[in-house]
Amino acid sequence: MNPKLTRRRFIKGVIASGAAATSTTIWYSANGQSRPAGAVERMIRININGQMRNVDVAPQETLASTLRYKLGLTGTKLGCNRGECGACTVLVDDVPSYACSVLTHSVKNMRIESVEGLESANGDLHPVQQAFVDELSPQCGYCTPGQVMSAVGLLRSNPNPTREEARQGMAGNICRCGSYDSYLNGVMRAAQIG
Amino acid sequence: MAYMHIGKDFVPPDVPGKVTGRIKYAEDYARDGMVYARLLTSPVPHGRVVAIDASEALAMEGVFGILTADDVYPDGEPQSPGLKVLTNEPTLMGEPILAVAAIDEKTAEDAIAAISLTIERLPFVLDPLDSLQEGGADAYNGGNTYIFREGFAEEKWTADQVASFRSGNEPTAEALQSWEYGDLAAGFAAADFVHETTFSTAGYPHMSMEPRSAMAYWENGKCYLHGTSQSLSAIAEPMAAIVGVPLEDFVFINEATGGGFGQRARAGSIPSMAIPAKLSQKINRPVMMRVTREEEFTIGGARQGLQGWIKVGFKTDGTMSAMDMYCISDNGGKGGGGDANSAAAGVSALYQTEAMRFRNTSIGTNTGHRGAQRGPGENQIMAVMAPIMDKAAEELGLDRLEIRKLNAAQNGDVSGPRSTPFTSAYMPEALQQGADQFDWEGKKSRARQTNGSKVRGFGIGQGYHNAGRSGMDGIVRLMPSGRLQIHNGVGNLGTYSYASTSRAAAEVLKMEWENCDVVTGRTDRHLPITSPQDGSNSIFTNTRTCFGAAQDLLAKMKEIAAMDLGGDVADYDVDGVRVHQIADNTVGMTYAEVAQRGIELGGKFSGEAELPEELNTLTALSVSRLAGSALMGIYHDPRHSNNPPGFTVTFMEIELDKETGKFDILDLVTIAECGTVVHPQGLANQLRGGAVWGIGLSALERHLYDPQNGLPASSGFWQSKIPTYLDTPAEIGTGWVDLPDPENPVGARGIGEPSMGAVSAALNAAISDALGGHMFDAAPVTTDMIVNHIAGISEDATPLAQNNFRG
Ligand code: FES
Ligand code: FES
Repeated sequence: MNPKLTRRRFIKGVIASGAAATSTTIWYSANGQSRPAGAVERMIRININGQMRNVDVAPQETLASTLRYKLGLTGTKLGCNRGECGACTVLVDDVPSYACSVLTHSVKNMRIESVEGLESANGDLHPVQQAFVDELSPQCGYCTPGQVMSAVGLLRSNPNPTREEARQGMAGNICRCGSYDSYLNGVMRAAQIG
Repeated sequence: MAYMHIGKDFVPPDVPGKVTGRIKYAEDYARDGMVYARLLTSPVPHGRVVAIDASEALAMEGVFGILTADDVYPDGEPQSPGLKVLTNEPTLMGEPILAVAAIDEKTAEDAIAAISLTIERLPFVLDPLDSLQEGGADAYNGGNTYIFREGFAEEKWTADQVASFRSGNEPTAEALQSWEYGDLAAGFAAADFVHETTFSTAGYPHMSMEPRSAMAYWENGKCYLHGTSQSLSAIAEPMAAIVGVPLEDFVFINEATGGGFGQRARAGSIPSMAIPAKLSQKINRPVMMRVTREEEFTIGGARQGLQGWIKVGFKTDGTMSAMDMYCISDNGGKGGGGDANSAAAGVSALYQTEAMRFRNTSIGTNTGHRGAQRGPGENQIMAVMAPIMDKAAEELGLDRLEIRKLNAAQNGDVSGPRSTPFTSAYMPEALQQGADQFDWEGKKSRARQTNGSKVRGFGIGQGYHNAGRSGMDGIVRLMPSGRLQIHNGVGNLGTYSYASTSRAAAEVLKMEWENCDVVTGRTDRHLPITSPQDGSNSIFTNTRTCFGAAQDLLAKMKEIAAMDLGGDVADYDVDGVRVHQIADNTVGMTYAEVAQRGIELGGKFSGEAELPEELNTLTALSVSRLAGSALMGIYHDPRHSNNPPGFTVTFMEIELDKETGKFDILDLVTIAECGTVVHPQGLANQLRGGAVWGIGLSALERHLYDPQNGLPASSGFWQSKIPTYLDTPAEIGTGWVDLPDPENPVGARGIGEPSMGAVSAALNAAISDALGGHMFDAAPVTTDMIVNHIAGISEDATPLAQNNFRG
């Protein structure tokens, strides 16, 4: 099993960084009218899907907000906005992370990958995406981008997981449709073709 | 029968968009000038708004407006159960009272914080039995129950009556609802084994993964609403009415829905979508309303909790001769839900009970609003019934499989108070197939074997839901390009029924799927009415409409060919590309040519005349807007009377740790009996997803409320608590009987809901088996209940406490 990917380790990391979003009510300040207290540089450059992007980020802004509402990368979903469901999972330096619970400023020097960055330049799906299509892993699809990113992260650190390792590695992603078995079929297929 | 498409896997057109994140849910849209709405919700479980002072909030920079219940209901709020758009009379904590629109959500939140709300607290109640008791609080203004066509009413029992029921006796008060068939007394007299008990099943929230966010704007007098639903076309007309706009000026946009499970089937269960629509109209800007997880918990619906009493009789041979059921249904804060009735009908269908009486009284509580949730009623009661079937088998010296086969529904059987015949039924076949796939004969001797603190338990479960409707419409268009456009209003919520039912049309016209387009996603693409994609009915209902529309198109194609090329209509056939003479296939027209001719001929060929008389309003509007654009097939599906069942069977083996109360599911095989299989991968997904839900029902999920203040304590995924990867087996075996149903043109019936019931039943039975036959008569059976039982701590002191409280 990939020690990087356990839910516990992730939660510990979030707590240690002080980045957990505890309020579900304040999602996003659209136009930056509320001035930051202190001297935090708001205009930052972040590495998203291999591109350096300039973006105006409020101090309290989560990575999910930046991706969705500043950069238009709406593939990253919000199911709970409080670190419970994994719908918002992106890779931060290859580690699956809940984008709703990470402050953008805390990852500005790291590599962020969202679901939009997985396809190859010629439009081919990533092996995980293709395997999820072949296995019809998604149902409603709302958790799917998060499941895809967790699977990509898992397979990067453990390219040939057992089904049980895959189950543990994916355990931070809830699927209300209950498509777990179909996602695991997809992960195992992706490991074969990847 | 050999089909081109039916029974074959395919890639539904939305799947690539789901794995790439490209497909858009309501909250993924943005619009120039869009502002944001936030809600002020009820801080009390039951109250009355006395005054709202928003002057300070409205004076704040960046605040654009407010919407209150007075705006929505200028003539007063309807005095009926069900969620309101906004309310001044909240009957559950968190119910929306008003909405504020501002430049961003932070400003909207700040504005809400500046609003002075004066609210009168009213007495609240969390347990229907507390409300039933004389002097108990009523959840609603005007009573604790709602009588159809009469209004709110107060139903009270004496303290003795409530106490007697609480201590396990048959309720003595007259029920508000009842039905009966057969000779109940004779049925019990003929019984050699009778089991009588009280039972309780918990209510719990739907918790769809996508919160019901919505965005709306108005353009040229038309309202455009991006929202969420189980069926675009079933939502459209009632939602337009809630927004207060004529249907022809309402566009509902809903490419994908992040889960429904019953609470996005009808406009009345998602009236909150009208908030951005009405705010947008008021302030003349696009309005986005993002709904939080807590808000989704509150307004997102919940399963009804049941507290009840049952008495079941079995003859020596194992036949279920009599069943008496009395339920107190928890109607929650907004009324609604028919779980108890469905539970009773489900028992009748699954076990073919010879005589039956059903009684129910529905009582409100100031908890989450209730309504249909995946297999409402049937799936709870099957979890209660399965251990009883096992107990009867044990007492009568029968195999657990045999007693189920003996009582199983077969072709020609009837069920329910009206003795409604099944369209077809193959439950014995499903049971045998499951037994073979699971190796029941080989494994059953391992039951109750121990290994240290661990013990094996086996369970067989059965599920049922009425799974098919009629009375809907179909529209298909053959385009001058030769492509087939199949208009389908079934929502895209993960069943893929919108696409798989469309394939019935391709089947009729023998067309390659690559040459077909499913037209859906927004109502201004002109959709026919479909059923609300609830009640597991889409596969049955919408294959009928798509098939019928394609047959109408086929007849028109042949008529045009005969007209232009000579001969009789009966002389023609199609091959997927051309309509041609059967005797000489060189004489014919391409699909593109016949489509072009249809447009030229006009009239009935292009949807301009001779339409089916009974077309629904939405379909008629859609046809009028499509008329002249193609050669059209239009169909109204006549009503049919029999009951198309969806049946499932599950076999399960668990290993339960008596020290911790935790169990692992070692093997799970679940079999569908749903007629001809239309889409194997989609069916497997429904079976697996249903299995996960069944595990949730029988082991995990429940509402928790703080009895002191009525605060919801399970508003998050992990508190309520929905199953995760680690709560469910890493592999779920699936299979299907695959015998055609005669009342569907491709032989198909639905399955989404019963897929859950069989698993909830099997799991409860397996837990009971592992504990030597102990019956909790409850769902869920949580680890603390198991550990308490093993420790000899009786649950009997509070046998009905499952409902909303057990913490
Ligand atoms: S949205 Fe981030 S964990 Fe749920
Ligand atoms: S596919 Fe619907 S939540 Fe996972």
